[in-house]
Amino acid sequence: MKIKDIKALLQAKTYGNEKMLDYEVEYAFSSDLMSDLLTVKTQNVLLLTGLSNIQSIRTAEMSDVVNIIYVRGKKITEEMKELAEENGILLMECDYSMFKASGILYNNGIKPIY
Amino acid sequence: MHFEYNVVSGDFSNAGTASSQIKKVLKQLNVDSVTIKRIVVALYEAEVNVVAHSYGGTIFADIDTKEIILRLKDTGPGIPDIKQAMKEGYSTASPQVREMGFGAGMGLPNIKKNADKLDIKSEVGVGTEVMIMVKLNDN
Repeated sequence: MKIKDIKALLQAKTYGNEKMLDYEVEYAFSSDLMSDLLTVKTQNVLLLTGLSNIQSIRTAEMSDVVNIIYVRGKKITEEMKELAEENGILLMECDYSMFKASGILYNNGIKPIY
Repeated sequence: MHFEYNVVSGDFSNAGTASSQIKKVLKQLNVDSVTIKRIVVALYEAEVNVVAHSYGGTIFADIDTKEIILRLKDTGPGIPDIKQAMKEGYSTASPQVREMGFGAGMGLPNIKKNADKLDIKSEVGVGTEVMIMVKLNDN
């Protein structure tokens, strides 16, 4: 699925690398624990998290995450936007809960990594 | 190639800067993406450990055509029982570290999973030295 379709499904706002909107993603991972994300071996993953801080961007960079969706209405700071831009990561703000956002994506064909 | 990075205790805003720099170097060297991920995940886990647990330290990175050797030397409280620290789920992380999304006792075991060789030497009250080696030609 294209990231722009994910944006529409989740009624999300995007920040950062707009070129990524046409990027295709197949897998997603939902977690607030960055240590869990670091154990994921799959590349080009979508991350859904409620942990809105600079470390979520750094961890995404190390984990080859292409798009982070901040759920539960969490806000993205300017510092986060800058670091994401530097690393070509697209950020989204979504008002849905992690359960609802994950469920919508799962129902529309995004696969779990395990 | 040799690189050195200073790591400041408690500076979570910059935790991961060294790992990010190493990732860029490895990309420029055309190392395959699976190997790069193993290296930077192991290094990032170790770098966050230095920020979270030590009084500060230095990362030394040596890259040749066959392997990358990362040495993280810190001054700090040290690890009293390395065997216990290697167990998944064991953690001495502060609430602040946990709020950052870390401190679940998964760091050292994850470094071991991603490294071809991991060696930890530690002296209580003095500091810790972690050596991570990853071969570059496996993939």
